[in-house]
Amino acid sequence: MWQATEDVLAPIATGAGILGTGGGGNPYIGQLRARQALRRWGPVTVLAPEEVPEDARVVCVGGIGAPTVGIEKVRDLQSYHALRAIEDFTGERATALISNEIGGSNSVEVMIAAARAGLPIVDADGMGRAFPEFQMKTFFVYGVPCCPMAIADEKGNSIIIRETITPAWAERLARAATIQMGCVACYAVAPMSAEQVRTTAVPNTLSLARDLGLAVQRAHDTGGDPLAAILEACPGRRLFSGKVVDLDRRTTGGFARGTVAIDGLDEYAGCRMVIDFQNENLVARVDGKIICTVPDLICAVATDGGEPVTTELMRYGLRVTILGFPAPALWTTPEGLAESGPHHFGYETEYIPLQVEGA
Amino acid sequence: MFIGVDVGGTNTDAVLMDGNQLAGAAKVPTTADVTSGIVGAVTELLGQNPAGQIDAVMVGTTHFTNALLERRELSPTAVLRLCLPATQLLPPLVDWPEELRQAIGGQTYMVGGGNEFDGREISALDREGMREATRDMVRRGFRAVAVCGVFSPVDPRHENEAAAIIQEEVPDLRVFLSHENGRMGLLERENAAALNACLGDVARRTVQGISEALKQLGIDAPLFMSQNDGTLMDTDFAARFPVLTISSGPTNSMRGAAWLSGITDGIVVDVGGTSTDVGALVKGFPRESAVAVHLAGVRTNFRIPDVVSIALGGGTLVTPEPWRIGPESVGYRLTEEALVFGGETLTTTDLAVAGGRAEVGDRNLVNELDRSLVERAVAEIRDRVETAVDRVKLSGEDVPVVLVGGGSILLGNAIAGASRVLRPEHAGVANAIGAAIAQVGGQMERVYSLETGGRAEAIADCSAGAAQRAVAAGADPATAEVVEVEEVPLTYVPSNATLVRVRAVGNLALKLPAT
Repeated sequence: MWQATEDVLAPIATGAGILGTGGGGNPYIGQLRARQALRRWGPVTVLAPEEVPEDARVVCVGGIGAPTVGIEKVRDLQSYHALRAIEDFTGERATALISNEIGGSNSVEVMIAAARAGLPIVDADGMGRAFPEFQMKTFFVYGVPCCPMAIADEKGNSIIIRETITPAWAERLARAATIQMGCVACYAVAPMSAEQVRTTAVPNTLSLARDLGLAVQRAHDTGGDPLAAILEACPGRRLFSGKVVDLDRRTTGGFARGTVAIDGLDEYAGCRMVIDFQNENLVARVDGKIICTVPDLICAVATDGGEPVTTELMRYGLRVTILGFPAPALWTTPEGLAESGPHHFGYETEYIPLQVEGA
Repeated sequence: MFIGVDVGGTNTDAVLMDGNQLAGAAKVPTTADVTSGIVGAVTELLGQNPAGQIDAVMVGTTHFTNALLERRELSPTAVLRLCLPATQLLPPLVDWPEELRQAIGGQTYMVGGGNEFDGREISALDREGMREATRDMVRRGFRAVAVCGVFSPVDPRHENEAAAIIQEEVPDLRVFLSHENGRMGLLERENAAALNACLGDVARRTVQGISEALKQLGIDAPLFMSQNDGTLMDTDFAARFPVLTISSGPTNSMRGAAWLSGITDGIVVDVGGTSTDVGALVKGFPRESAVAVHLAGVRTNFRIPDVVSIALGGGTLVTPEPWRIGPESVGYRLTEEALVFGGETLTTTDLAVAGGRAEVGDRNLVNELDRSLVERAVAEIRDRVETAVDRVKLSGEDVPVVLVGGGSILLGNAIAGASRVLRPEHAGVANAIGAAIAQVGGQMERVYSLETGGRAEAIADCSAGAAQRAVAAGADPATAEVVEVEEVPLTYVPSNATLVRVRAVGNLALKLPAT
């Protein structure tokens, strides 16, 4: 058990930005919003998964929308409004909250709702990274129902999706509502039990984000190499370093899709990496050959400082390094891959696990 | 021939460039009115160097940066956001340094208005709320207001209407609209508008002063101001968007340092009278900031050179009890107020002279200074500069460090992280040289539907437009080239509308097209 106070927000934002694999929104905005919430309503208690009481009712909250919209129409307390809506509908009060997604801004959405509601949060989430779609959560892969769920906007509108025939339908309906709501909504899913949290959530991800951020911070303070510090905090591999030379970005079907091309520098000179993204980075190729795919994490960071670079911050001339991290184990089972592997995103390639020394 | 002028906090430098040759340089103290310093520098320059026809005068000034860093001459500025009921958790000025926020008045308003990503209204513009807010601003003595609507780059109508309402209520309240400086990113765009607004008075005064100075000298040539990206802009534009000049000093200094030293990759340390700027040179150009840019602690999202600016220069005040170096500076009054010049103010220059680093003024006047104080100051100055050098580096490797600017006498030749330390000849006027070799830019921004035309066509069309604008601004058509392409998808609607922004630059044509 630990307390999430104002001083861990910066490290968490950095770490969650890295785990956001290019998506998940602007970590700066999320951090600032969490800071405002903690200043106003006090710190939030973080429970390790094994510390969650047996009779707990744990509500998963998260944001749904488009990152490019979120830097402009900045989110408010939508996650809190969604929490209250699902409590009203189910007649159950939440005793703890859990994050939908550690990657990016979503990592703090739960903290804002928890601070406002005075509830603890669980050190775990439903992805261990970021993914573009609501239903892509380890909870749902391993049998937790995704409905009923509530969706709320900043204007006072909320709706309940009572039941859907598949989690993908929940995503489809929630997405349609979100677009009408102006693309920065939040949702809350009907409560889970402690047992469900322990068996279906990716554990200890909030502390991992914090530790990644602290590693970057320490490297800055001591003049160390931030990229090496990141790889030390979370076993992974440097995939590529270079300069962004082209960016094809479009928003279709509710997602920011596109490709970014990076020309190699130093040891990668003469090579070109192309990354496909759909909010998050999906597939990385070097000179046409696939070297890393979902659900493994493809993370862009600034070469000089190690700060995460989201797809919406990518621009011509940026110096970036691409890091790869192996996916959480819950994703690499056949059921997990069906929801998160390359096939799910329309690629014919098979998932080949990223090989990492010492991992 | 071109005249490049740099108005620094301490000195005003002028150089005469004949094509690619430095044909003369002059340095005079900056004056309180800025104007007479420019007159002095240019008069001295032209007095000593026979000049032919002057084709253009380029001026770079650090005046606005200093105003922000020292929090002086800032106009009381209110910030009004058109947003309700959205975005309330993060009100305007939310992440500003407290002192700067207080310095501009710290007053913010949020009213109904703003747009969704697809152009729908979040809510109708709250006209009555606008009027009430405006009256409140006037009661509180505000003279400027920055207005920022959610998604105003997509649809600026609410901002424009807000401006009309404000002007109707209070005709002399100056209004700065965020979409005019417009990139996506609510807080950053709002911050930029607020910075333009609070610098409005000092910007107008400065630009007018420079124009008048040149007229007094009988120079009949177009006047350009240096922009952050190393390109030039006209004076009207500069007065409306002072933030776009705010890093021109460092840019010019770095480009000048590259030109003078022949070093194209390394670190430039420019020590002025009031502040020190440290930045990285990549292929002779300042490295542009990668992710977010902070000006005096305020987050913005326009592109400036990646420069670490610290409030430390040759005129910076030193107080022994309690121990403090800066951020205040005597600036241009150095030669009157510093101890070595017979004044009564202890400055970093006095300590550099006492420590044997520099020989300016009368050394005997600082003989009585406590040795431990001198050593402590010299160590702290070096430490601050070394920290800044380290922050702008691309890697841990030692790289050449080029020292420029009048205040570089504060530093010795041992700098941690430097493979070697260069002090090129004429380094004191690197800023002015950088201004004189600046290029002309043009920017084009348009929304294209990628469904009807392709992406390549959209970029080609926008690039041609940007190049045309660069040429219209005085660029040689043969050298105009695209340096930056940016695309921002705007909507979820099937037409796939995307905002394309292209920046082109070229060399200033020797003979300017008739204007």
